[in-house]
Amino acid sequence: MRRGAAALWGTLGVLAVILLWEAYKFLGPAEGVVVGADGSTGSGVMILPRTNDRAMPHVWDMVARLFQSTSGGDTPPLIVPVVTAALTTLGIAAVGWLIGVLVGTLFGLMMQRWKLVEWGILPWIVVSQTVPLIAFAPVVNSLGLQIDRGGFPWPQWLSVAVISSYLAFFPVAVGVLRGLDAPDRIHEDLMRTYAAGYWQTLLHLRLPAAVPHLLPALRLAAANAVVGAVVAEVSIGMRGGIGRMLIQLAGQASSDPAAPWGPTFGTIALGLVAAGSVALLGLALKNYRRGEATA
Amino acid sequence: MSPATTTSAAAVRATGVGKVFPTKAGEVVALTGVELEVRAGEFVSLIGPSGCGKSTLLRLIADLDPASSGELSIFGKPAAQARVDQDYGIAFQQAGLLPWRTVASNIGLPLELHKVGRAERTARVAELAELVGLTEFVDRYPDQLSGGMQQRVAIARALASRPKLLLMDEPFGALDEMTREYLQSELTRIAAETEAAVVFVTHSIPEAVFLSDRVVVMSPRPGRITDVITTDFGHDRDDALRESPEYFERVTAVREALHGVKVERANER
Amino acid sequence: MSTLRQAQRAGLPSWLRFVAPVVVGALGVAVWILYVDVLGAAPRMLPSPIAIGNELVLRWPIIGDAIMITATNALVGLLAGSLIAIALAGLAAAIKPIDGMLVPLVAAIAVVPIVALTPILNTMFGASSQFGRQAVAAIAAFVPVFVNVLRGLRQTRPVHRDLLRVSAASPLQEFRVLTLPTALPYLLTGLRIASSVAVIAALVAEYFGGPADGVGTAIATYAKSGRAALAWAFVAGGILIGLVFFLVTSLLERLVSRRSPV
Repeated sequence: MRRGAAALWGTLGVLAVILLWEAYKFLGPAEGVVVGADGSTGSGVMILPRTNDRAMPHVWDMVARLFQSTSGGDTPPLIVPVVTAALTTLGIAAVGWLIGVLVGTLFGLMMQRWKLVEWGILPWIVVSQTVPLIAFAPVVNSLGLQIDRGGFPWPQWLSVAVISSYLAFFPVAVGVLRGLDAPDRIHEDLMRTYAAGYWQTLLHLRLPAAVPHLLPALRLAAANAVVGAVVAEVSIGMRGGIGRMLIQLAGQASSDPAAPWGPTFGTIALGLVAAGSVALLGLALKNYRRGEATA
Repeated sequence: MSPATTTSAAAVRATGVGKVFPTKAGEVVALTGVELEVRAGEFVSLIGPSGCGKSTLLRLIADLDPASSGELSIFGKPAAQARVDQDYGIAFQQAGLLPWRTVASNIGLPLELHKVGRAERTARVAELAELVGLTEFVDRYPDQLSGGMQQRVAIARALASRPKLLLMDEPFGALDEMTREYLQSELTRIAAETEAAVVFVTHSIPEAVFLSDRVVVMSPRPGRITDVITTDFGHDRDDALRESPEYFERVTAVREALHGVKVERANER
Repeated sequence: MSTLRQAQRAGLPSWLRFVAPVVVGALGVAVWILYVDVLGAAPRMLPSPIAIGNELVLRWPIIGDAIMITATNALVGLLAGSLIAIALAGLAAAIKPIDGMLVPLVAAIAVVPIVALTPILNTMFGASSQFGRQAVAAIAAFVPVFVNVLRGLRQTRPVHRDLLRVSAASPLQEFRVLTLPTALPYLLTGLRIASSVAVIAALVAEYFGGPADGVGTAIATYAKSGRAALAWAFVAGGILIGLVFFLVTSLLERLVSRRSPV
């Protein structure tokens, strides 16, 4: 019921954005809005774009372009390579997500089990996320190439997955740590009165109690894994994924302005699908998200 | 002393038990010089103002915290051993049910943890649900139950491994008065049926008097036992008892003990 | 409180809390140096921290320039995104239909790789403009600020609202005395999260084209040409930006949350 209302409102929101786009394109100044210009060409900062078809294609042109052939002749409609590339990236992001979730869970478990481990590494984990470690992408790629040349097969997509897993790992590690520490004091006491050991408490109390913390963490990890995969593809120049396609079509934007919107829509869909899949996982675990009614 | 109070039969025996908590401002004496014996099958209430250490004492008996001094034995064993042997069941002010488990699966949790077979577990859970009157609700989840029902589930869970000692920390404290009186009557019946000794922490004088064979009065700073009042009501307790003169007499006695002075009444001047 | 109790139960002295991360950090660097310099077993793209430090000092002029460009983009994005987020959150808190339309949109933006918009923004605003990068940083920063401010604006307690109602306070007074102080800590939390996100977005956007300057562009260039130590020195530059942004906003958050009642 509420979910349906949210979907309706969301659709209205999207329509409002489209309306805004077309209204500006119709009413806005042809040369855009530039502030701080001193008269010479190219000076100042453009804060609103030009309204011509090259800078701002019509929304219907962007959609129509999806169903026109990719690069003329007999090539399939643009939507086919977009979907293929998006699925490729989704697969890589999924691998990255899995690696990130495994490593993150392991870290979370260790930090929860031993306070000293938490004290020692949690600050580093937090700091690592405030710094753009995605900057390592080109470096990781070079490392991967070196390993590959050294005889151990290391396909390029694996580098992408490793980078994407790095971004996915953080929310999981923190979510697992917070989640495993989430049980009420009274529940921990109860398990102690049952003389339950660490593993029993983990299985019957901590893990189920962690689910409400874990689901947002897993969703965030999925979104991060997609970002990581797209960025890594671009920064190390891997072919076949949606990131590369985006750059490629953006390069032809002057002659074919609607084309880069195809992979852009693909990327947006990718993020939504990834987060949506995790939401499905949440539905399967809904019994673990019940709140205890207050007595 | 009667034969029932032989050394081996005591459900709880505390000798010179004390508890000190280290805090940043120095050490806080939560409990000092506690001498207490709870006989098998006896119902004993601990009553006192907040900070008197009644809950702390219960936690020491349950081996949730270690005692700082003195000796504590449960059925003649150290508290830690009694915990490992599951000699007691416990219920808190909050029901503390696991929200993702059904009523049946909550009641069966202690049995599951101690590797009781599925068939035996199912039978025992049915028996306990019957005992607390929740047979129709075994498939519900805790959030679908009222507070009173949740607390009954918690009591059933505490009884799962047939303990001969039941520890209860203000289990009815968060309930409304009607539910409370009903559950008090239920508890006296259950305690009589299971023949378990009960140590019951409360801050309600009528509750303590109605339920207990003996009421242990405690006082704070430092937490200690100041008085013990015997009720002598026997096993049959019903709502008629709540209106009897003996009941009011004991209530007055406990109140006086709590206040440390005789409570004056207008008609006694 | 609970961590203190756990620590006591585990029998750990509290000074370990500060020593442990330092030890782990030192250990990490030691292993790194051992692996690269002493054993010499590391791949070529993993230079020793000493070599990176050398490059950082030696090339500081160009690294500093790149840092300024990326940091400015991040800062402009952070400020613009936050202002828009605060305005829209205020609107959403006051007007129901706007709330209905914005919340699902923001939820969607939160899971979408925003940097993917960079090429399109570059087309719209011209490839020589930093605007695309700033806009990406702004959109990225917008999400956490919007979410947190909206949450903060909804945190006023009924008992407090009732109190102001019986005191016959005007809506403006209510905003000044109650709503704003309640929402402020949430805004600062949003800003702290947004600051890191904005830096990462501004840096990563550089991989997607636009002017050939900034830390991200330099990392990509030098990594490709095999100058590992220099690439890593630029990575260190990026880390520096992220740390400064994080520390400043954390400090602000701490200052504000200290004054506000819980």
